[in-house]
Amino acid sequence: MSSLVTRVRIKQIEQLIEKGKRLDGRGVSDYREIKIEQGLIERAEGSARVLLGKTEVLVGVKVETGTPFPDTPNEGVLTVNAELVPLASPNFEPGPPDENSIELARIVDRGIRESKVIDTEKLCIEPGKKVFIVFVDIYVLNHDGNLIDASALAAVSALMNTKMSNYEIEDGEVKIKQGYTQLPMKNHPITVTLGKINNKLIVDPWLEEEQVMDSRLSIAINDEGNICAIQKGCSGYFTQQQILEGLKMIQEKAAELRKKLDW
Amino acid sequence: MNEKPEKLIDKKGCRLDGRKADELRPIKIEVGILSNADGSAYIEHGKNKILAAAFGPREMHPKHLSLPDRMVLRCRYHMAPFSVQERKSPAPSRREIELSKVIRESLEPSVFVEYYPRTGVDVFIEVLQADGGTRCAAITAASLALADAGIPMRDLVVACAAGKVDDTVVLDLFDTEDKVGTADVPVAFMPNLNAVTLLQMDGNLAPEEFEKALNMAIEGCRKIYEMQKEALKTKYMLVKQEEEVEE
Repeated sequence: MSSLVTRVRIKQIEQLIEKGKRLDGRGVSDYREIKIEQGLIERAEGSARVLLGKTEVLVGVKVETGTPFPDTPNEGVLTVNAELVPLASPNFEPGPPDENSIELARIVDRGIRESKVIDTEKLCIEPGKKVFIVFVDIYVLNHDGNLIDASALAAVSALMNTKMSNYEIEDGEVKIKQGYTQLPMKNHPITVTLGKINNKLIVDPWLEEEQVMDSRLSIAINDEGNICAIQKGCSGYFTQQQILEGLKMIQEKAAELRKKLDW
Repeated sequence: MNEKPEKLIDKKGCRLDGRKADELRPIKIEVGILSNADGSAYIEHGKNKILAAAFGPREMHPKHLSLPDRMVLRCRYHMAPFSVQERKSPAPSRREIELSKVIRESLEPSVFVEYYPRTGVDVFIEVLQADGGTRCAAITAASLALADAGIPMRDLVVACAAGKVDDTVVLDLFDTEDKVGTADVPVAFMPNLNAVTLLQMDGNLAPEEFEKALNMAIEGCRKIYEMQKEALKTKYMLVKQEEEVEE
């Protein structure tokens, strides 16, 4: 996944962070600029494009009918998939999803599922037989670091933008009616990722920092300020102290973003 | 399907399997049980039964994946089709692919990978029976397999989960608690370095509850760490005795 970063560059990044600065001019706890555009794919029931600095992620939501899982007969189904599209980075290759895209999809999935973003019980058409299935497809269009936060943001934005066709049941068949209803939403989690470089924590690592960092910590915070998903990544470690310190940084950042986004 | 239990903790504070909130399940660990592997370990953690084997350092296959400055650690977490209630397809699921990645990343910080450039070491984990918390038990066994293979390490990696069931933060969730509970926090830890090498969470926890769960999981790790060391010593005591008999 990672490409080469010269030793000079690594040293430069480390020395700057020591002084609380970063290569792109940000401070250690600054987030990049976020731009969100919703509803740009008309064929999809919902869509959103998120720009996080130069990182660009498009999420499309399709809603179809299908059978529920046997253990949750009264609930609709949510599935999240991620594609690291080859045009997004020289290091992405075509082919079936690799461990990185599976991990990305599963982190976003947990954030959405565990904070109960969608009211899945309202997606039931006929208990045990027919429910709505919500497909969230993450499409990474440009990789400049922190795909997790950008994808999570785009996924929730796209779900907020999702409209389902009205329907009625005739002889056990689902008939589409005129008009749309909004997808029933209950929560709006915000995922914030930290990187650890030289034992210093930085918010929202961009590509070059990702290639240098020892470890990564992503936490999803819901509307109530509770934690609903965590993932540590990369081949480094965190001390117990660093995790609690990181959690504080993430809580502050998530609150700040929530205010800015008005979620 | 099993019926969903009403309460996971009774009035006396006992859990469904009779444990207290901060009590571990019974654990049995054996080291060096596979003759073809360079290192191996078997763990029974509650009803979890897991085998781990390490092969290497050896030449990488395919060769182009080797690195000029270090050894490559590869890891495969796999569940047997008969390890769960309903038969699981033997093809790797998305969950298994993610777990293979996070388990590898939890073991990597413990290994001196720079000692064996251009080589690889493979860790294979087979879950023979699953009972909640398989990734943690798998890490505990896999780290022992690496140690048994004689690979230089900074510390053993040991893992344990904590979580929340009903309104209580508890240690070491078993299957039902994992499925019906409110939250699950698996943690892998290197006790001598105070380093958390795996941290995941799903569910819903207030920040204070998370801090409590993290501390509880780490305490659990410290207890299992002692059993881990004991298991490793036991194997080499046996080797020593056998040698003395031969002499």
